[in-house]
Amino acid sequence: MRYLPLSEGDRAAMLAKIGAATIDDLFVDVPAPARLPAKIEGLADHASELAVERHLGSLAGRNMVAGQGPFFLGCGAYRHHIPASVDHLIQRGEFLTSYTPYQPEIAQGTLQVLFEFQTQVARLYDCDVANASMYDGSTACWEAIAMARRITRRGKAILSSGLHPHYVSVARTMARFTGDLLETMLPELTPEPDTMRLIEAVDGETSAVVVQYPDILGRIGDLSELAARVHAQGALLIAVVTEPVALGAIRSPGEMGADIVVGEGQSIGVGLNFGGPYVGLFACQERFVRQMPGRLAGETVDAEGKRGFVLTLSTREQHIRREKATSNICTNSGLCALAFSIHMTLLGEKGLRALAEMNHAGAVKAALRLSSIPGVELVNDSFFNEFTLNLATEARPVVRAMAEAGVLGGVSLGRLYPGAQTLANGLVVAVTETVTDEDVAALEQALTEALK
Amino acid sequence: MTMNREGRPTRPETAGAVTGTTWTGNRALMLDEPLLFEIGDTQTTGVDFDPAGPGRESRLGGLERRRPIGLAGLSEPETVRHYTRLSRQNYAIDLGLFPLGSCTMKHNPRLCEKVARLPGFADLHPLQPVDTVQGALAVISDLGAWLVRLTGMHSVAMSPKAGAHGELCGLLAIRSALEARGDMREVILVPESAHGTNPATAAFAGYRVENIPANAAGRVDLDALKSRLGPDVAGVMITNPNTCGLFEPDMIAISAAVHAAGGLVYCDGANFNAIVGRVRPGDLGIDAMHINLHKTFSTPHGGGGPGAGPVVFSEALTPFAPLPFVERIQADEGERYVLVEEENADEHHSRSFGRMTAFHGQMGMFTRALAYILSHGADGLRQVAEDAVLNANYVLRSLEDVLEAPFGASGPCMHEALFSDKGFAEGLTTLDVAKGLIDEGYHPMTMYFPLVVHGAMLVEPTETESKAALDQFIGALRNVAERAKAGDPSLKAAPIHAPRRRLDETLAARKPVLVYREPDPAQAAE
Repeated sequence: MRYLPLSEGDRAAMLAKIGAATIDDLFVDVPAPARLPAKIEGLADHASELAVERHLGSLAGRNMVAGQGPFFLGCGAYRHHIPASVDHLIQRGEFLTSYTPYQPEIAQGTLQVLFEFQTQVARLYDCDVANASMYDGSTACWEAIAMARRITRRGKAILSSGLHPHYVSVARTMARFTGDLLETMLPELTPEPDTMRLIEAVDGETSAVVVQYPDILGRIGDLSELAARVHAQGALLIAVVTEPVALGAIRSPGEMGADIVVGEGQSIGVGLNFGGPYVGLFACQERFVRQMPGRLAGETVDAEGKRGFVLTLSTREQHIRREKATSNICTNSGLCALAFSIHMTLLGEKGLRALAEMNHAGAVKAALRLSSIPGVELVNDSFFNEFTLNLATEARPVVRAMAEAGVLGGVSLGRLYPGAQTLANGLVVAVTETVTDEDVAALEQALTEALK
Repeated sequence: MTMNREGRPTRPETAGAVTGTTWTGNRALMLDEPLLFEIGDTQTTGVDFDPAGPGRESRLGGLERRRPIGLAGLSEPETVRHYTRLSRQNYAIDLGLFPLGSCTMKHNPRLCEKVARLPGFADLHPLQPVDTVQGALAVISDLGAWLVRLTGMHSVAMSPKAGAHGELCGLLAIRSALEARGDMREVILVPESAHGTNPATAAFAGYRVENIPANAAGRVDLDALKSRLGPDVAGVMITNPNTCGLFEPDMIAISAAVHAAGGLVYCDGANFNAIVGRVRPGDLGIDAMHINLHKTFSTPHGGGGPGAGPVVFSEALTPFAPLPFVERIQADEGERYVLVEEENADEHHSRSFGRMTAFHGQMGMFTRALAYILSHGADGLRQVAEDAVLNANYVLRSLEDVLEAPFGASGPCMHEALFSDKGFAEGLTTLDVAKGLIDEGYHPMTMYFPLVVHGAMLVEPTETESKAALDQFIGALRNVAERAKAGDPSLKAAPIHAPRRRLDETLAARKPVLVYREPDPAQAAE
């Protein structure tokens, strides 16, 4: 078998060295009733590279590929163009097949990348510090809520109705076990996000207010007043960013007073991948750093005084603190963080701003065009590259009909909020730089047809 | 001097004294690389954009970003060089044996990378209509079916993002099952030798953690465990094979005792690679176990992730498994796959404890793991376990005359060999041996873990090492160990050939510098 280098001769020689007659002698500790005498029946035997490739290729062929037609899905995962060098570089064996940098003298590559990544994320969010990544945006969001509880010693978090419903679900799952109280609401198809409601809701028992920016419907709200109000009540403001490209165009949450900013980094460098692996971004202001979850790379010097990097502040982490750790996270999303960092380096500030401008311009153009279709109304006053349309009819069948016509035309709110009648007609449309004028025309036509 | 006709010397002259210093500070192929923020600037970009159309109105709600962000950019050639140079400062499994115990650094087949990048998998949005992603759901379903068969369990949750997330999934299912019968138990028992994630996870899931001791043979002390069981104990978290690299021979008895006391058994499956195809955890009485796809099924570790941590469940825990999951339905026109999410959970799965992550889990890891599994097949996976265990025992028996193997006398180990620092000369430590191995061209073994052995060195060679590679590693470790026993003070200076000498971790923690800050121009002028 191609991945196993030992020959039968090697195996015999090694057993002799060990002093075992057969390989079974090495499994003597397994209780007799649990020993399998031979391979498990009913499963296929080994296969050639060609055969495996052919089989998986046929499964891949049963999917409708996003890039092969007009494509407008967003809601927490966005299709952006990724420069070819990103995937080439992350496939270098020294990155791809290395481990968590526990031996820093021979892991400076990974450690320096993480230090640069942390700096990029902190600057993008306008926070003092960022960690070396989390699994994804949704789990980072819960970790932020748990962190706010530790800092404020209060157990009630108020979640904006504009927070991604999967993120709300994750928080709800966890809160049931930790005893945190969560205030949640369904969004409404109104032009503005629910900032005013949050300002009224925050009180002296609130640990944190969690607000998505731009929100699930694509709306953008100023967080400054909310931040002031939250701070006056001794609570923390957690901002969640599911589309990092937006921050090339709009003010950062940190600038507007957010204490913890978390989000999904998938848009930059990672690709759609049917939902994972993605990369959770996590940043906060300096005074909270010792309550942060996850790995941190930090600068130091070596025995000769040369600058180098190590994993640091690990007394927060599970391998040192065990049950007293800030989180149970161990493995993070290192390779995706690398992809994010490389793509961000290629973009630079100038490129990120240009990319954001293109996204916004395309979205504005598409929004105007689509909202002129009879039976289609634009919900948003403000948006970046994603907006919500209120259709004259339920959106889910419309999405399916458009898919049959070869157009992946958006995410229906019925998919995200099953059973919520007030949202059933909502269709969220994302327009990135990958969308052409012809794509928008195709969507316009498919949507018009589907609504007839 | 020998020269060719153009006058170019073709033979080295006798090497003279070597100073080792260079003008650049580089040493031939060992190239230092400045930070991105020292070589890039905010006006450079490595991406060209197609010219934008005519300007349109802004709909940003008056929130245009005006302040500079401070993101340094590089042109494409500079970017490729920056990251290529950085990559060369990393050790990797592609370069050599990576015997990091408990972490399972085995060869990463490139076939897996290739299939994961097929547009039919990589370029799919998680919220596409289910009819347009039937092939992707088939991958999740097929991989899940393999995991269930290989473990002899009842069902599988595919969405957990990594091992620790899988542990959380298992504990939440346990807690849900107990609460469903009105049983509010508060304590999880964890052996002292456990990974740190076990107690951290139990605490994260709202449990109080108590340790159970190990016996002299490095196994869970069954009597101590039994005497602690009671109506307040929700369950145990046991790693099997354990972190000493040993199989728990009492595992069936442990499970029976826990069940008899009304608790449930979680198994940390980090070391499943040692027994895949030879033992099914379902035959050991386990209720839940996560499988690190990046360990047993060799999805690349990528410098710290991403991983994937599907969890297999017993029948008792199956009703509580998280959303979403994939159901395969056999119909006349062929099989069809249903995604069970919040909206249809009530009909199928009303007792689920809920969602753990956005979307459906680590799809990119699923395609890789499935390619790995299909490549090996049932016969090959059994061989994987056998070769992993054979290689570890070969290391154990080849080195036990020079390094103390605290449990060597109790019989064979599983997939990793554990040594202690007993017999090292005064002042020399496990850390010194590890750093000495770096100079020999190896990544060190896991050190100071598990905590139950003083100065622990945990060596996991994996099945993808040849005998020749093992023999060379054994020779190198033997040599370094002998130096440690002889008190060779030069070991304290190791590594001397790595990109960096030993790094000051105390300084890093005492004065944390976690992001780059441009030098203050006022200070720079002084």
